[in-house]
Amino acid sequence: MTFSINPWIDFQQIFQYPFMQHAFEAGTVVAVIAGIVGYFVVLRRSSFAAHALSHIGFSGAAAAVLIGANPVYGLLLFTTVGGVGIAGLGKRAANRDTEIGIVLAFMLGLGVLFLSLYKGYAEEAYSILFGEILGVSFSNVLLTLAGGIVVLVLMAVVYRPLLFASLDEDVAEAKGMPVFFLGVIFMILVAIATSFAVQVVGVLLIFSLMVTPAATAQLLAKTPGRVIIISVIIALFATWLGLFIAFFEPYPVSFFITSIVFVLYLLVRFVYPKLKPSKIRQIEKPHIQPEDQLVDLT
Amino acid sequence: MTTQYDIITAKNLVAGYPDNIVWRDASFTVNRGEFVAVIGPNGAGKTTLFRLLLGLQRPISGAINIFGATPRRGNSQIGYVPQRHVFDDDTNVESLELVRLGFSGQQWGTGMFNHDDRKAAFDALKDVGATGLAHRSLGVLSGGELQRIFLAEALVSKPTLLLLDEPLSNLDMMRERELLQLINGVVRSRSVTVLLIAHNINPILPYLDKVVYIANGKVASGTPQEVLTSESLSALFGGQVEVLRDSKGNIAVIGIEDCHGCKSE
Repeated sequence: MTFSINPWIDFQQIFQYPFMQHAFEAGTVVAVIAGIVGYFVVLRRSSFAAHALSHIGFSGAAAAVLIGANPVYGLLLFTTVGGVGIAGLGKRAANRDTEIGIVLAFMLGLGVLFLSLYKGYAEEAYSILFGEILGVSFSNVLLTLAGGIVVLVLMAVVYRPLLFASLDEDVAEAKGMPVFFLGVIFMILVAIATSFAVQVVGVLLIFSLMVTPAATAQLLAKTPGRVIIISVIIALFATWLGLFIAFFEPYPVSFFITSIVFVLYLLVRFVYPKLKPSKIRQIEKPHIQPEDQLVDLT
Repeated sequence: MTTQYDIITAKNLVAGYPDNIVWRDASFTVNRGEFVAVIGPNGAGKTTLFRLLLGLQRPISGAINIFGATPRRGNSQIGYVPQRHVFDDDTNVESLELVRLGFSGQQWGTGMFNHDDRKAAFDALKDVGATGLAHRSLGVLSGGELQRIFLAEALVSKPTLLLLDEPLSNLDMMRERELLQLINGVVRSRSVTVLLIAHNINPILPYLDKVVYIANGKVASGTPQEVLTSESLSALFGGQVEVLRDSKGNIAVIGIEDCHGCKSE
Protein backbone atom coordinates (compact mmCIF):
# COMPACT_ATOMS: atom_id res chain seq x y z
CA MET A 1 0.00 0.00 0.00
CA THR A 2 1.14 3.53 -0.63
CA PHE A 3 0.45 7.01 0.68
CA SER A 4 -1.98 9.12 -1.24
CA ILE A 5 -1.67 12.90 -1.38
CA ASN A 6 -4.76 13.27 0.74
CA PRO A 7 -4.29 12.15 4.37
CA TRP A 8 -8.05 12.00 4.78
CA ILE A 9 -8.24 9.23 2.20
CA ASP A 10 -5.28 7.54 3.86
CA PHE A 11 -7.03 7.52 7.22
CA GLN A 12 -10.23 6.21 5.66
CA GLN A 13 -8.19 3.45 4.17
CA ILE A 14 -6.45 2.73 7.50
CA PHE A 15 -9.62 2.63 9.55
CA GLN A 16 -11.23 0.05 7.29
CA TYR A 17 -9.13 -2.46 9.18
CA PRO A 18 -10.23 -3.32 12.73
CA PHE A 19 -6.65 -4.12 13.75
CA MET A 20 -5.64 -0.56 12.82
CA GLN A 21 -8.61 0.86 14.73
CA HIS A 22 -7.58 -1.12 17.79
CA ALA A 23 -3.99 -0.02 17.39
CA PHE A 24 -5.01 3.64 17.26
CA GLU A 25 -7.36 3.28 20.23
CA ALA A 26 -4.90 1.48 22.49
CA GLY A 27 -2.04 3.67 21.26
CA THR A 28 -3.97 6.82 22.09
CA VAL A 29 -4.71 5.72 25.65
CA VAL A 30 -1.12 4.62 26.18
CA ALA A 31 0.28 7.89 24.79
CA VAL A 32 -1.89 9.95 27.13
CA ILE A 33 -1.00 8.08 30.32
CA ALA A 34 2.66 7.63 29.40
CA GLY A 35 2.94 11.36 28.62
CA ILE A 36 1.48 12.27 32.02
CA VAL A 37 3.23 9.69 34.20
CA GLY A 38 6.43 10.32 32.24
CA TYR A 39 6.59 13.89 33.56
CA PHE A 40 6.87 12.61 37.11
CA VAL A 41 9.39 9.97 36.04
CA VAL A 42 11.58 12.75 34.67
CA LEU A 43 10.94 15.14 37.57
CA ARG A 44 11.72 12.48 40.18
CA ARG A 45 14.69 11.18 38.21
CA SER A 46 13.18 7.74 38.29
CA SER A 47 14.05 6.80 34.70
CA PHE A 48 16.04 3.85 35.88
CA ALA A 49 13.22 2.63 38.10
CA ALA A 50 10.83 2.86 35.13
CA HIS A 51 13.34 1.00 32.98
CA ALA A 52 13.69 -1.68 35.65
CA LEU A 53 9.93 -2.04 36.00
CA SER A 54 9.49 -2.79 32.34
CA HIS A 55 12.17 -5.49 32.54
CA ILE A 56 10.56 -6.96 35.63
CA GLY A 57 7.36 -6.89 33.61
CA PHE A 58 9.05 -8.93 30.89
CA SER A 59 9.25 -11.98 33.13
CA GLY A 60 5.64 -11.39 34.13
CA ALA A 61 4.53 -11.31 30.52
CA ALA A 62 6.59 -14.40 29.76
CA ALA A 63 5.11 -16.26 32.74
CA ALA A 64 1.61 -15.32 31.58
CA VAL A 65 2.34 -16.55 28.05
CA LEU A 66 3.61 -19.81 29.49
CA ILE A 67 0.42 -20.52 31.41
CA GLY A 68 -1.72 -19.32 28.51
CA ALA A 69 -2.91 -16.10 30.12
CA ASN A 70 -3.07 -12.59 28.70
CA PRO A 71 0.49 -11.14 28.92
CA VAL A 72 -0.95 -7.82 30.12
CA TYR A 73 -2.06 -9.46 33.38
CA GLY A 74 1.41 -10.86 33.93
CA LEU A 75 2.88 -7.44 33.23
CA LEU A 76 0.49 -5.70 35.61
CA LEU A 77 1.12 -8.19 38.40
CA PHE A 78 4.90 -8.19 38.15
CA THR A 79 5.36 -4.45 37.59
CA THR A 80 2.99 -3.55 40.43
CA VAL A 81 4.74 -5.87 42.88
CA GLY A 82 8.12 -4.67 41.59
CA GLY A 83 7.03 -1.03 41.80
CA VAL A 84 5.83 -1.34 45.38
CA GLY A 85 9.09 -3.14 46.17
CA ILE A 86 11.21 -0.36 44.68
CA ALA A 87 9.14 2.27 46.51
CA GLY A 88 9.60 0.18 49.66
CA LEU A 89 13.33 0.70 49.42
CA GLY A 90 12.36 4.02 50.89
CA LYS A 91 13.50 7.58 50.51
CA ARG A 92 15.78 8.23 47.56
CA ALA A 93 14.64 4.97 46.04
CA ALA A 94 15.49 6.41 42.66
CA ASN A 95 19.14 6.26 43.65
CA ARG A 96 19.14 2.60 44.57
CA ASP A 97 20.49 1.78 41.14
CA THR A 98 22.61 -1.15 42.21
CA GLU A 99 19.89 -3.03 44.05
CA ILE A 100 17.35 -2.37 41.34
CA GLY A 101 19.83 -3.42 38.65
CA ILE A 102 20.56 -6.71 40.41
CA VAL A 103 16.87 -7.55 40.66
CA LEU A 104 16.12 -6.57 37.07
CA ALA A 105 18.92 -8.76 35.68
CA PHE A 106 17.54 -11.72 37.61
CA MET A 107 13.99 -11.03 36.43
CA LEU A 108 15.11 -10.84 32.80
CA GLY A 109 16.83 -14.19 33.22
CA LEU A 110 13.65 -15.63 34.68
CA GLY A 111 11.71 -14.26 31.71
CA VAL A 112 14.08 -15.99 29.30
CA LEU A 113 13.51 -19.29 31.11
CA PHE A 114 9.72 -18.91 30.96
CA LEU A 115 9.80 -18.12 27.26
CA SER A 116 12.16 -20.98 26.44
CA LEU A 117 9.64 -23.33 28.04
CA TYR A 118 7.02 -21.94 25.68
CA LYS A 119 6.81 -23.25 22.11
CA GLY A 120 6.39 -20.02 20.19
CA TYR A 121 9.54 -18.71 21.82
CA ALA A 122 10.98 -16.30 19.28
CA GLU A 123 7.72 -14.75 18.20
CA GLU A 124 6.43 -14.05 21.71
CA ALA A 125 9.79 -12.78 22.90
CA TYR A 126 9.92 -10.40 19.99
CA SER A 127 6.50 -8.92 20.61
CA ILE A 128 7.09 -8.45 24.35
CA LEU A 129 10.51 -6.91 23.82
CA PHE A 130 9.62 -4.63 20.91
CA GLY A 131 5.85 -4.25 21.09
CA GLU A 132 3.10 -5.52 18.87
CA ILE A 133 0.50 -2.82 18.72
CA LEU A 134 -0.87 -4.05 15.41
CA GLY A 135 -1.95 -7.27 17.08
CA VAL A 136 -3.93 -5.74 19.95
CA SER A 137 -7.31 -7.39 20.40
CA PHE A 138 -10.50 -5.48 21.13
CA SER A 139 -10.65 -6.91 24.63
CA ASN A 140 -7.14 -5.60 25.23
CA VAL A 141 -8.25 -2.19 23.97
CA LEU A 142 -10.97 -2.19 26.62
CA LEU A 143 -8.49 -3.35 29.23
CA THR A 144 -6.11 -0.58 28.20
CA LEU A 145 -8.93 1.95 28.45
CA ALA A 146 -9.78 0.71 31.96
CA GLY A 147 -6.11 0.97 32.96
CA GLY A 148 -5.95 4.44 31.46
CA ILE A 149 -8.96 5.57 33.48
CA VAL A 150 -7.43 4.18 36.68
CA VAL A 151 -4.21 6.10 36.00
CA LEU A 152 -6.05 9.34 35.22
CA VAL A 153 -8.28 9.15 38.30
CA LEU A 154 -5.39 8.26 40.62
CA MET A 155 -3.27 10.99 39.10
CA ALA A 156 -6.03 13.58 39.47
CA VAL A 157 -6.31 12.77 43.17
CA VAL A 158 -2.61 12.77 44.05
CA TYR A 159 -1.45 15.39 41.54
CA ARG A 160 -0.54 18.29 43.80
CA PRO A 161 0.87 16.37 46.77
CA LEU A 162 2.85 14.19 44.36
CA LEU A 163 4.23 17.26 42.64
CA PHE A 164 5.14 18.74 46.02
CA ALA A 165 6.81 15.53 47.23
CA SER A 166 8.65 15.15 43.90
CA LEU A 167 10.00 18.69 43.84
CA ASP A 168 10.60 19.29 47.54
CA GLU A 169 10.42 16.05 49.49
CA ASP A 170 11.88 17.32 52.80
CA VAL A 171 9.47 20.23 53.10
CA ALA A 172 6.52 18.11 52.00
CA GLU A 173 7.41 15.57 54.68
CA ALA A 174 7.73 18.25 57.36
CA LYS A 175 4.33 19.57 56.32
CA GLY A 176 2.88 16.20 57.14
CA MET A 177 2.50 14.85 53.63
CA PRO A 178 2.68 11.05 53.37
CA VAL A 179 5.76 11.08 51.13
CA PHE A 180 6.38 7.35 51.45
CA PHE A 181 2.81 6.54 50.50
CA LEU A 182 3.01 9.00 47.59
CA GLY A 183 6.17 7.22 46.43
CA VAL A 184 4.28 3.92 46.43
CA ILE A 185 1.35 5.45 44.51
CA PHE A 186 3.79 6.92 42.00
CA MET A 187 5.44 3.55 41.37
CA ILE A 188 2.02 1.92 40.95
CA LEU A 189 1.17 4.58 38.35
CA VAL A 190 4.45 3.84 36.57
CA ALA A 191 3.69 0.11 36.78
CA ILE A 192 0.28 0.46 35.16
CA ALA A 193 1.47 2.89 32.48
CA THR A 194 4.44 0.64 31.71
CA SER A 195 2.33 -2.50 31.46
CA PHE A 196 0.10 -1.00 28.81
CA ALA A 197 2.86 0.85 27.02
CA VAL A 198 4.66 -2.47 26.50
CA GLN A 199 1.91 -3.39 24.03
CA VAL A 200 2.87 -0.42 21.88
CA VAL A 201 6.64 -0.16 22.07
CA GLY A 202 7.71 -3.22 24.01
CA VAL A 203 9.81 -3.68 27.11
CA LEU A 204 13.04 -2.47 25.56
CA LEU A 205 11.68 0.70 23.97
CA ILE A 206 9.58 1.86 26.89
CA PHE A 207 11.66 5.03 27.30
CA SER A 208 10.41 6.33 23.98
CA LEU A 209 6.97 6.86 25.52
CA MET A 210 7.71 7.10 29.24
CA VAL A 211 10.74 9.40 29.20
CA THR A 212 11.52 11.05 25.86
CA PRO A 213 8.23 12.98 25.40
CA ALA A 214 8.35 14.38 28.95
CA ALA A 215 12.06 15.17 28.72
CA THR A 216 11.42 17.02 25.46
CA ALA A 217 8.42 18.87 26.87
CA GLN A 218 10.44 19.93 29.89
CA LEU A 219 12.73 21.87 27.58
CA LEU A 220 9.77 23.77 26.17
CA ALA A 221 7.88 24.87 29.29
CA LYS A 222 8.49 25.65 32.95
CA THR A 223 5.14 25.00 34.57
CA PRO A 224 4.17 21.40 35.30
CA GLY A 225 0.72 21.74 33.73
CA ARG A 226 2.10 22.94 30.41
CA VAL A 227 4.92 20.40 30.39
CA ILE A 228 2.41 17.58 30.89
CA ILE A 229 0.19 18.84 28.07
CA ILE A 230 3.13 19.13 25.67
CA SER A 231 4.42 15.73 26.76
CA VAL A 232 1.05 14.13 25.98
CA ILE A 233 0.90 15.91 22.61
CA ILE A 234 4.36 14.61 21.68
CA ALA A 235 3.50 11.05 22.74
CA LEU A 236 0.22 11.20 20.81
CA PHE A 237 1.83 12.69 17.73
CA ALA A 238 4.58 10.06 17.69
CA THR A 239 2.16 7.19 18.22
CA TRP A 240 -0.31 8.33 15.58
CA LEU A 241 2.32 9.21 13.01
CA GLY A 242 4.19 5.97 13.75
CA LEU A 243 1.05 3.91 13.20
CA PHE A 244 0.20 5.88 10.07
CA ILE A 245 3.61 5.32 8.49
CA ALA A 246 3.77 1.69 9.61
CA PHE A 247 0.53 1.02 7.75
CA PHE A 248 2.20 1.91 4.49
CA GLU A 249 5.78 0.85 5.17
CA PRO A 250 6.88 -2.68 6.04
CA TYR A 251 8.82 -1.76 9.20
CA PRO A 252 7.86 -2.07 12.88
CA VAL A 253 5.65 0.59 14.45
CA SER A 254 7.91 0.83 17.47
CA PHE A 255 10.81 1.78 15.23
CA PHE A 256 8.85 4.71 13.84
CA ILE A 257 7.62 5.85 17.25
CA THR A 258 11.08 5.76 18.80
CA SER A 259 12.54 7.58 15.81
CA ILE A 260 9.90 10.30 15.83
CA VAL A 261 10.32 11.10 19.53
CA PHE A 262 14.08 10.97 19.15
CA VAL A 263 14.09 13.43 16.24
CA LEU A 264 11.72 15.72 18.14
CA TYR A 265 14.00 15.59 21.16
CA LEU A 266 17.06 16.45 19.05
CA LEU A 267 15.24 19.34 17.39
CA VAL A 268 14.05 20.77 20.69
CA ARG A 269 17.35 20.22 22.42
CA PHE A 270 19.68 21.55 19.76
CA VAL A 271 17.79 23.52 17.13
CA TYR A 272 15.05 25.24 19.14
CA PRO A 273 17.44 27.06 21.53
CA LYS A 274 19.17 28.64 18.54
CA LEU A 275 15.88 29.99 17.27
CA LYS A 276 14.69 31.52 20.56
CA PRO A 277 17.49 31.52 23.06
CA SER A 278 16.03 34.08 25.44
CA LYS A 279 12.67 32.41 25.77
CA ILE A 280 13.71 28.92 26.72
CA ARG A 281 16.03 28.90 29.62
CA GLN A 282 18.56 31.23 31.00
CA ILE A 283 21.86 30.30 29.48
CA GLU A 284 24.03 31.36 32.37
CA LYS A 285 25.02 28.65 34.80
CA PRO A 286 24.14 28.97 38.46
CA HIS A 287 27.15 30.54 40.03
CA ILE A 288 27.71 28.99 43.43
CA GLN A 289 29.58 31.47 45.51
CA PRO A 290 32.75 30.17 47.08
CA GLU A 291 32.45 29.88 50.78
CA ASP A 292 33.32 32.85 52.88
CA GLN A 293 37.06 33.05 52.53
CA LEU A 294 37.59 35.18 55.60
CA VAL A 295 39.02 33.57 58.66
CA ASP A 296 36.17 32.17 60.62
CA LEU A 297 36.36 33.47 64.14
CA THR A 298 33.85 31.25 65.88
CA MET B 1 6.65 29.31 83.82
CA THR B 2 4.71 29.21 80.60
CA THR B 3 3.31 32.43 79.25
CA GLN B 4 1.28 33.18 76.17
CA TYR B 5 4.42 34.51 74.54
CA ASP B 6 6.23 31.19 74.70
CA ILE B 7 6.57 29.60 71.29
CA ILE B 8 8.88 26.79 72.34
CA THR B 9 9.59 25.39 75.77
CA ALA B 10 12.02 22.55 76.37
CA LYS B 11 12.52 20.97 79.76
CA ASN B 12 15.23 18.39 80.53
CA LEU B 13 15.06 17.37 76.93
CA VAL B 14 17.14 14.39 75.76
CA ALA B 15 17.45 13.85 72.01
CA GLY B 16 18.86 11.23 69.69
CA TYR B 17 18.30 7.51 69.53
CA PRO B 18 18.14 5.10 72.46
CA ASP B 19 21.58 3.70 71.62
CA ASN B 20 23.04 7.04 70.58
CA ILE B 21 22.10 10.08 72.60
CA VAL B 22 22.95 13.27 70.72
CA TRP B 23 22.45 15.76 73.53
CA ARG B 24 20.78 15.81 76.94
CA ASP B 25 19.36 18.05 79.65
CA ALA B 26 18.31 20.88 77.37
CA SER B 27 15.99 23.41 78.98
CA PHE B 28 15.15 26.63 77.22
CA THR B 29 12.30 28.79 76.03
CA VAL B 30 11.82 30.77 72.87
CA ASN B 31 9.33 33.63 72.89
CA ARG B 32 7.20 35.09 70.18
CA GLY B 33 9.05 37.29 67.72
CA GLU B 34 12.54 36.25 68.78
CA PHE B 35 15.43 35.78 66.38
CA VAL B 36 17.33 32.76 67.67
CA ALA B 37 20.55 31.28 66.34
CA VAL B 38 21.21 27.58 66.82
CA ILE B 39 24.95 27.07 66.62
CA GLY B 40 27.47 24.40 67.38
CA PRO B 41 29.99 22.09 65.72
CA ASN B 42 29.06 19.81 62.84
CA GLY B 43 27.21 16.77 64.04
CA ALA B 44 26.38 18.34 67.41
CA GLY B 45 22.67 17.80 66.83
CA LYS B 46 21.41 21.14 65.55
CA THR B 47 19.23 19.57 62.89
CA THR B 48 18.04 17.05 65.50
CA LEU B 49 16.48 19.96 67.38
CA PHE B 50 14.59 20.95 64.22
CA ARG B 51 13.41 17.38 63.70
CA LEU B 52 12.02 17.36 67.22
CA LEU B 53 10.21 20.64 66.63
CA LEU B 54 8.81 19.38 63.32
CA GLY B 55 7.53 16.22 64.96
CA LEU B 56 9.72 14.08 62.68
CA GLN B 57 11.49 12.60 65.69
CA ARG B 58 10.45 12.06 69.32
CA PRO B 59 12.54 13.03 72.33
CA ILE B 60 14.03 10.18 74.34
CA SER B 61 12.92 11.87 77.50
CA GLY B 62 11.99 15.28 78.82
CA ALA B 63 9.34 17.59 77.47
CA ILE B 64 9.20 19.80 74.43
CA ASN B 65 6.26 22.01 73.68
CA ILE B 66 5.60 24.13 70.67
CA PHE B 67 2.67 26.57 70.68
CA GLY B 68 1.72 24.95 73.99
CA ALA B 69 1.39 21.44 72.58
CA THR B 70 3.51 18.41 71.72
CA PRO B 71 5.16 18.82 68.30
CA ARG B 72 3.33 17.10 65.49
CA ARG B 73 4.15 16.61 61.86
CA GLY B 74 2.37 18.96 59.49
CA ASN B 75 1.97 21.89 61.85
CA SER B 76 0.87 24.68 59.55
CA GLN B 77 2.26 27.33 61.91
CA ILE B 78 5.79 26.26 61.05
CA GLY B 79 7.67 27.26 57.91
CA TYR B 80 10.72 25.10 57.24
CA VAL B 81 13.74 25.42 54.97
CA PRO B 82 15.86 22.25 55.06
CA GLN B 83 19.62 22.16 54.89
CA ARG B 84 21.64 22.14 51.66
CA HIS B 85 18.60 22.12 49.60
CA VAL B 86 19.53 22.46 45.95
CA PHE B 87 18.12 21.57 42.58
CA ASP B 88 19.97 19.98 39.71
CA ASP B 89 20.67 22.62 37.12
CA ASP B 90 18.43 20.91 34.58
CA THR B 91 15.38 21.29 36.82
CA ASN B 92 13.30 23.41 34.49
CA VAL B 93 10.47 24.35 36.84
CA GLU B 94 9.81 28.02 37.51
CA SER B 95 10.24 29.36 41.04
CA LEU B 96 6.64 30.48 41.30
CA GLU B 97 5.49 26.86 41.07
CA LEU B 98 7.56 25.86 44.11
CA VAL B 99 6.19 28.77 46.14
CA ARG B 100 2.65 27.84 45.05
CA LEU B 101 3.22 24.32 46.35
CA GLY B 102 4.19 25.82 49.71
CA PHE B 103 0.66 27.19 49.82
CA SER B 104 -1.42 24.45 48.22
CA GLY B 105 0.88 21.42 47.87
CA GLN B 106 -0.93 19.63 50.67
CA GLN B 107 -4.33 19.79 49.00
CA TRP B 108 -5.39 16.69 47.12
CA GLY B 109 -6.64 17.04 43.58
CA THR B 110 -5.26 18.94 40.63
CA GLY B 111 -6.21 22.46 41.74
CA MET B 112 -6.73 23.20 38.09
CA PHE B 113 -9.43 25.78 38.65
CA ASN B 114 -8.13 27.29 41.84
CA HIS B 115 -5.71 30.16 41.45
CA ASP B 116 -5.62 31.49 45.02
CA ASP B 117 -2.22 29.91 45.43
CA ARG B 118 -0.86 31.86 42.50
CA LYS B 119 -1.71 35.18 44.07
CA ALA B 120 -0.45 34.09 47.49
CA ALA B 121 2.79 32.93 45.88
CA PHE B 122 3.29 36.26 44.11
CA ASP B 123 2.70 38.11 47.37
CA ALA B 124 5.23 35.90 49.15
CA LEU B 125 7.77 36.54 46.40
CA LYS B 126 7.12 40.26 46.75
CA ASP B 127 7.78 40.01 50.50
CA VAL B 128 11.24 38.60 49.87
CA GLY B 129 11.97 40.94 46.97
CA ALA B 130 12.06 38.15 44.42
CA THR B 131 9.19 38.81 42.03
CA GLY B 132 11.81 39.10 39.31
CA LEU B 133 12.69 35.46 39.85
CA ALA B 134 9.09 34.20 39.60
CA HIS B 135 9.41 32.79 36.10
CA ARG B 136 13.01 31.66 36.25
CA SER B 137 13.93 28.00 36.52
CA LEU B 138 14.92 26.67 39.92
CA GLY B 139 17.87 24.94 38.32
CA VAL B 140 19.58 28.15 37.19
CA LEU B 141 19.19 30.22 40.37
CA SER B 142 22.22 31.12 42.47
CA GLY B 143 22.51 30.10 46.11
CA GLY B 144 21.29 33.46 47.39
CA GLU B 145 18.38 33.58 44.94
CA LEU B 146 17.35 30.06 45.90
CA GLN B 147 17.34 30.95 49.59
CA ARG B 148 14.96 33.80 48.85
CA ILE B 149 12.66 31.43 46.98
CA PHE B 150 12.80 28.93 49.86
CA LEU B 151 12.01 31.73 52.28
CA ALA B 152 9.01 32.70 50.15
CA GLU B 153 7.94 29.03 50.00
CA ALA B 154 8.11 28.88 53.80
CA LEU B 155 6.39 32.26 54.32
CA VAL B 156 3.56 31.75 51.85
CA SER B 157 1.49 29.79 54.36
CA LYS B 158 1.88 32.63 56.91
CA PRO B 159 3.71 30.67 59.61
CA THR B 160 4.41 32.05 63.08
CA LEU B 161 7.64 30.08 63.43
CA LEU B 162 10.38 29.74 60.82
CA LEU B 163 13.00 26.98 61.03
CA LEU B 164 15.92 27.73 58.73
CA ASP B 165 18.62 25.06 58.51
CA GLU B 166 21.93 26.61 57.42
CA PRO B 167 20.47 29.14 54.98
CA LEU B 168 23.77 31.03 54.95
CA SER B 169 26.02 28.22 53.74
CA ASN B 170 27.33 28.82 50.23
CA LEU B 171 26.56 32.54 50.33
CA ASP B 172 29.18 35.25 49.97
CA MET B 173 29.28 38.03 52.56
CA MET B 174 27.08 40.39 50.56
CA ARG B 175 24.35 37.81 49.97
CA GLU B 176 24.66 36.66 53.55
CA ARG B 177 24.00 40.16 54.86
CA GLU B 178 21.12 40.72 52.42
CA LEU B 179 19.44 37.50 53.45
CA LEU B 180 19.91 38.20 57.16
CA GLN B 181 18.42 41.67 56.78
CA LEU B 182 15.50 40.13 54.96
CA ILE B 183 14.96 37.51 57.67
CA ASN B 184 15.36 40.12 60.37
CA GLY B 185 12.74 42.26 58.65
CA VAL B 186 10.32 39.34 58.69
CA VAL B 187 10.98 38.75 62.39
CA ARG B 188 10.46 42.39 63.35
CA SER B 189 7.59 43.36 61.06
CA ARG B 190 5.35 40.33 61.59
CA SER B 191 6.68 39.09 64.92
CA VAL B 192 7.49 35.78 63.34
CA THR B 193 9.85 33.71 65.47
CA VAL B 194 12.95 32.49 63.66
CA LEU B 195 15.33 29.68 64.59
CA LEU B 196 18.33 29.76 62.29
CA ILE B 197 21.04 27.12 62.24
CA ALA B 198 24.47 28.48 61.36
CA HIS B 199 28.06 27.46 61.81
CA ASN B 200 29.40 30.99 62.11
CA ILE B 201 27.68 33.26 64.56
CA ASN B 202 29.41 36.54 63.73
CA PRO B 203 27.30 37.66 60.77
CA ILE B 204 24.09 36.97 62.73
CA LEU B 205 25.21 38.48 66.01
CA PRO B 206 23.81 42.00 65.39
CA TYR B 207 20.27 40.67 64.91
CA LEU B 208 20.05 38.04 67.61
CA ASP B 209 17.81 37.90 70.63
CA LYS B 210 18.93 34.50 71.77
CA VAL B 211 21.49 31.78 71.16
CA VAL B 212 21.04 28.05 71.53
CA TYR B 213 24.56 26.62 71.60
CA ILE B 214 24.73 22.86 71.12
CA ALA B 215 28.08 21.15 71.74
CA ASN B 216 29.59 18.22 73.56
CA GLY B 217 26.21 16.55 74.05
CA LYS B 218 24.88 19.55 75.95
CA VAL B 219 22.87 22.64 75.23
CA ALA B 220 23.38 26.16 76.54
CA SER B 221 20.92 28.92 75.80
CA GLY B 222 20.24 32.54 76.63
CA THR B 223 21.06 35.94 75.25
CA PRO B 224 24.31 36.18 73.28
CA GLN B 225 25.83 38.11 76.20
CA GLU B 226 24.99 35.27 78.57
CA VAL B 227 25.99 32.33 76.41
CA LEU B 228 28.99 33.62 74.53
CA THR B 229 31.26 34.02 77.52
CA SER B 230 34.36 32.11 78.56
CA GLU B 231 32.61 30.74 81.67
CA SER B 232 29.46 29.61 79.93
CA LEU B 233 31.23 27.94 77.00
CA SER B 234 33.88 26.37 79.25
CA ALA B 235 31.05 24.73 81.16
CA LEU B 236 29.44 23.61 77.91
CA PHE B 237 32.57 22.17 76.37
CA GLY B 238 33.81 20.81 79.68
CA GLY B 239 37.25 22.37 79.37
CA GLN B 240 39.03 25.67 79.34
CA VAL B 241 37.56 27.76 76.54
CA GLU B 242 38.13 31.44 76.00
CA VAL B 243 35.89 33.90 74.20
CA LEU B 244 37.63 36.89 72.64
CA ARG B 245 35.98 39.95 71.13
CA ASP B 246 37.39 42.25 68.52
CA SER B 247 36.67 45.96 68.13
CA LYS B 248 33.70 45.32 65.84
CA GLY B 249 32.03 42.97 68.30
CA ASN B 250 33.00 39.81 66.42
CA ILE B 251 33.78 36.94 68.70
CA ALA B 252 36.31 34.15 68.53
CA VAL B 253 36.22 31.03 70.63
CA ILE B 254 39.66 29.72 71.51
CA GLY B 255 40.36 26.25 72.81
CA ILE B 256 37.85 24.16 70.91
CA GLU B 257 39.56 21.23 69.26
CA ASP B 258 36.88 20.77 66.69
CA CYS B 259 37.09 24.23 65.20
CA HIS B 260 33.76 24.22 63.48
CA GLY B 261 33.35 26.67 60.71
CA CYS B 262 37.11 26.71 60.11
CA LYS B 263 36.84 24.13 57.41
CA SER B 264 34.29 24.26 54.71
CA GLU B 265 31.89 21.38 54.40
